[in-house]
Amino acid sequence: MNYYVKRLGRSLLTLVLVITITFGLTRLMPGGPVEYMRAQLRAQNPNLSTEEINQMVQAYVGVKPDEPLPMQYLNYLVQVLQGDLGRSTFYDQPVASIYANAIPWTLFVLGTALIVTFVISVTLGALLAYKEGSRVDTVVSSISVIMNSVPYYIAAIVLIAVFVTWLGWFPLSGRSSIDIAPGFNIPFILDVTKHAVLPMLSVILTGFGAQTLGMRGNSVRVLGEDYIRVAQLRMLPTHRIAMRYVARNAILPIYTGFIIQIAFILGGSVILEEIFRYPGVGFYFFNGISSRDYPLMMGGFLLISVAVVLAVLIADLTYGILDPRASSGGGDSEAY
Amino acid sequence: MTRTDRLEDYLAQRYETFLLAWSDWRFKLGLLVVVTFVLMGTAGVMLVPKPAYSDGGKWDAPFAGTENLFGTNQFGQDILAMLIHATPAMLLMIIGGAVFATGIGALVGIVSGYKGGRLDEVLMTISDTAMMLPGLPLIIVIGAIWEPTNPFIVGILVSINAWAGTARGLRSQVLTIREESYVEASRVMGVSTPSILRKDITPQLLPLILVNFVMSGRGVIFNSVALYFLGVLPVQNVNWGVMLQQAYEAGAVTSPTLFYTILFPLLTIVILSWGMIMLSQGLDRVVNVRVRARHEGGPQE
Repeated sequence: MNYYVKRLGRSLLTLVLVITITFGLTRLMPGGPVEYMRAQLRAQNPNLSTEEINQMVQAYVGVKPDEPLPMQYLNYLVQVLQGDLGRSTFYDQPVASIYANAIPWTLFVLGTALIVTFVISVTLGALLAYKEGSRVDTVVSSISVIMNSVPYYIAAIVLIAVFVTWLGWFPLSGRSSIDIAPGFNIPFILDVTKHAVLPMLSVILTGFGAQTLGMRGNSVRVLGEDYIRVAQLRMLPTHRIAMRYVARNAILPIYTGFIIQIAFILGGSVILEEIFRYPGVGFYFFNGISSRDYPLMMGGFLLISVAVVLAVLIADLTYGILDPRASSGGGDSEAY
Repeated sequence: MTRTDRLEDYLAQRYETFLLAWSDWRFKLGLLVVVTFVLMGTAGVMLVPKPAYSDGGKWDAPFAGTENLFGTNQFGQDILAMLIHATPAMLLMIIGGAVFATGIGALVGIVSGYKGGRLDEVLMTISDTAMMLPGLPLIIVIGAIWEPTNPFIVGILVSINAWAGTARGLRSQVLTIREESYVEASRVMGVSTPSILRKDITPQLLPLILVNFVMSGRGVIFNSVALYFLGVLPVQNVNWGVMLQQAYEAGAVTSPTLFYTILFPLLTIVILSWGMIMLSQGLDRVVNVRVRARHEGGPQE
């Protein structure tokens, strides 16, 4: 099967699985969202009929309790695919519009952090490999390991303590200051950047270690390969060897790790945005949890999953360009 | 060869592997850290009395006297005692989660890599899909609805899709082992597949499985502390994540004098996590030495 068709199929499969999970959790969990909503609505509106209550439940969570299960699932699927994520009980707004407002901010912060982490890891890893065994190598490698053992939310707490409380260099929370009018001008952009620096740093500082060490290991291995020696004997220019022979082969395994990290980092938005009170997808998702706002919660989970699936798809498709072997299918081994 | 001979042989081999790992300083250091925490969770709990509201005053400063070495929190509880008494539940979570993630991961990875073909394709599609699910939000959604309290179950919940990475990693190792001549020989002799997997393939993978076990354990710490810090799970006992949360809510981050209330649980988490990374890196060397020895045609075990 074609590589691209396969990847696209996998993304679609993941999406359907995610929708099925949210449906399953909404509908099937004992004491779960549907029963909870029903009990709550009944308590608030004691003189409504069961049918009316059921209709209200459907408006909120997208599932009508008295329909047969397959119908419920189908209706839910259609509704979600049309972009209708139900209605938030806490904000009393459509869930989709709450998140539409929040998505760009999360993508801005975490997307930037993800790309910066990748660039730092690749450059630093390659550099360490060239200086293998030197003092710089030992020091930077040790720092990488230590940073890698710090959970990103702990880094966030320490960063706040140092840069907000003690030094006062950065604001604690929010997307931008209240007194600066939004617009495409320098003060506003600076202000937004200032608010985003610490959340980004939390991800970058704790994320670069593993990838840097991976890149270092791969580069060291590639540098010892015969084809590098042959390339040197052919008197190819150094930069050509560094870029086409070493970098390209060493980056490939990192790239896979990078793809796995996408899900991890986007999922981390929940706790990061809660700590920094940064109104992005994770922030509203967490609000949904703490106020038992199931539509908001499920919508947030769906959206984060969609973001991950899209990001992984983009990364997968570019992987095909980076490594032609991936798209040509590779040598299939015998099945036993 | 009798059964005892085989057992002795096996133990001798394992002991050699251990010695090889022990020669690495990272393994030693990592093991030291992990053993310390295990002692904290077993003997420490018996030696140090349970934290109580009467341990000291509100926010007694750390290192001020012989009592309450790490100070007290806003409820007058001794922080060191809290850290120690939170350890057993954390260890149970780590074991539960790591056994679950590594067990499923190893099974899927080994079967998938050895069998190949359609089964491999199906299993790998499932793993890839599981890997793409954003772990933390999924765990939070399930945890918020289900509200588990048993440490084992919490451990399993927070490693709900951690097995997928292990499966992928082990599978790629199995792909090289399955081409070895002794595996080929077993197959030609008509040894059953479960036997080959158990006797020819898995022993080769043990160090790598152990590395994955340690790394899954570290994942359990990251995720479970996050869940308790966010207050998603119901709290029964003292817990490092809950300690972080209480200190954070009390303003430990915005007030330099109270920072110690968050610093100690924070350091505890980082030290255990670092110890586990060291341990896995030391073990990783064992794996790589074998691979290297094979490539250089050196002595095989």
